[in-house]
Amino acid sequence: MTTDTATRPAASDADRPGPIKAVPVRHPGRWVAIAIIAVLAAMLVHLLVTNKAFDWDFVFQAMNQKPVINGFLKGTLLVTVLSMVVGVAGGVILAVMRLSDNPILSGVAWLFTWFFRSIPRYILLFTMGTLGILFQQGISFGVPFDWKIIDWLGLSGDWRFFTLDANQIFTGLVAGVIGLGLSEAAYMAEIARAGILSVDKGQAEAAQALGMSSGKVMRRVVLPQAMRVIVPPTGNETIAMLKDTSLLLAVPVLGELFYQLQSIGSTYYKTFPIAVAATLYYLAATSVLMVGQYFLERHFGRGFGTQAPRAARPAGAGGA
Amino acid sequence: MALVEIKNLHKSFGSNHVLRGIDFTVEQGEVVCVIGPSGSGKSTLLRCVNLLEVPEVGEVFVRGEDITDRDCHLDAARQQIGMVFQQFNLFPHLSVLANCTVAQTSVLKRGKAEAEQIARANLDRVGLNEKVTAYPMQLSGGQQQRVAIARALSMDPALMLFDEPTSALDPELVGDVLTVMRKLALDGMTMLVVTHEMAFAREVADRVVFMDAGVIVEQGPPAEVIGNPKEERTRTFLRRVLDPTHVEPTP
Ligand SMILES: Nc1ncnc2c1ncn2[C@@H]1O[C@H](COP(=O)(O)OP(=O)(O)OP(=O)(O)O)[C@@H](O)[C@H]1O
Ligand SMILES: [Mg+2]
Repeated sequence: MTTDTATRPAASDADRPGPIKAVPVRHPGRWVAIAIIAVLAAMLVHLLVTNKAFDWDFVFQAMNQKPVINGFLKGTLLVTVLSMVVGVAGGVILAVMRLSDNPILSGVAWLFTWFFRSIPRYILLFTMGTLGILFQQGISFGVPFDWKIIDWLGLSGDWRFFTLDANQIFTGLVAGVIGLGLSEAAYMAEIARAGILSVDKGQAEAAQALGMSSGKVMRRVVLPQAMRVIVPPTGNETIAMLKDTSLLLAVPVLGELFYQLQSIGSTYYKTFPIAVAATLYYLAATSVLMVGQYFLERHFGRGFGTQAPRAARPAGAGGA
Repeated sequence: MALVEIKNLHKSFGSNHVLRGIDFTVEQGEVVCVIGPSGSGKSTLLRCVNLLEVPEVGEVFVRGEDITDRDCHLDAARQQIGMVFQQFNLFPHLSVLANCTVAQTSVLKRGKAEAEQIARANLDRVGLNEKVTAYPMQLSGGQQQRVAIARALSMDPALMLFDEPTSALDPELVGDVLTVMRKLALDGMTMLVVTHEMAFAREVADRVVFMDAGVIVEQGPPAEVIGNPKEERTRTFLRRVLDPTHVEPTP
């Protein structure tokens, strides 16, 4: 840099460097790189267009099959959305529990996170598919040990409010959504916790001072601001979830996208075009998610300016 | 009955015994300024009045109700007490108008139209009626602090707490905020103000309380406490604050 010589005062003329001979900067490396990339791109296009193994007709035909489209809509998109709803809601609840003063609440949240983060999703989903065996009478919601109490009171009947058929719950999409959602909640809990902790303590104090209950403080003041920190990693989690729906096969969910594609592939002995078809589906879905993420980030960034974090802004600067 | 009555208040942070037995009342309509050196416990005292800090010993009565009692409905008590913070603490994700309505609608269950009307009236009171749609980040510090005052006023508090409301402001913005506070005092609002603005305290306060090391050293009318202090500690403090070489922003 020239700042050093430029700012040094009172150097004699003789000491000064002569006028700079301005030569436009050349970037030979850049041109070489462009040339190499152009060649590689041309090769790729050539490969995509001419190589028979791609069998584009078959790719698009396979992608257009009804079970495959259903697999994409239900197995991939619907499960992603539902699992993320379960995951985000569960994660926020867990984060609030983790941060509460109540040791039982925070302990339970810790235990939940520990458990679900320790199990690989594939194995978790497999396990979900087999849980029906635990509840062969169905899952009842009611007073625990009701038969004991009823016996003791000398009454008859039961105190169960409703009963679900476990074999219906722990199969298919429902088991998949529960498994993926609970596992996601464990990860979202950490993200939500970081988001909540990023909000200045003064915000909660100001809201409390206005008479808001702790639930309102959380919902109206802290969480909307925490979202700014929560949304970007949640977008990544959603994209990861989209891809993890391919693990639904472990439950098993036979309506899943890749399973359906594979069964077509094995019928016609074409495996590579099937891989291409799956790739195209996932590329398309991920791209749509990235657009959604952009708009969400913009929404929750309201009021925070563009660049400067709030704390960095000196009081009284700017404005009219 | 005094609006606020504090009895034998003690508060420690770990081994740091910050408040060491405070007894103190604020009457309806009174303006009380709390002065004292940094670290003497002024903010802590103020935050005990709406229980943002929970004291270990002692009681705080607001309109005769002991808010340190476990059975007391704390959120209801806090509704009657407005608080203005040194760092404003406006909600950055809400517009100026929404900052002033959010607690009205969610806590007082006022309708949206009514809440907005009240908010606008209070923003008018602090001279910011044309900023309703702005976000806090778009305002100067002085404007933000006036919004914070309007936000607190929108809950119709019986008492306003101010914790060094002008200390984070550039000197030329201090005047606007003090003008608003002066007007509020003239309107009869009960105010408890922690401040380093001696001129303001002298002019507006009905009573000045000097605190040092967690106790109230001296209190009385401003002419006595600031003009003619009895205690040596008060004199030392005032000499330091009012020293001509010490630059004090004048309102
Ligand atoms: N949350 C806290 N945790 C630990 N110590 C604290 C906390 N809040 C205040 N203190 C300590 O309590 C003492 C009194 O603080 P306080 O803020 O009440 O003083 P102050 O009189 O308001 O001072 P200033 O004029 O600088 O605002 C200080 O020693 C401070 O370090
Ligand atoms: Mg203070």
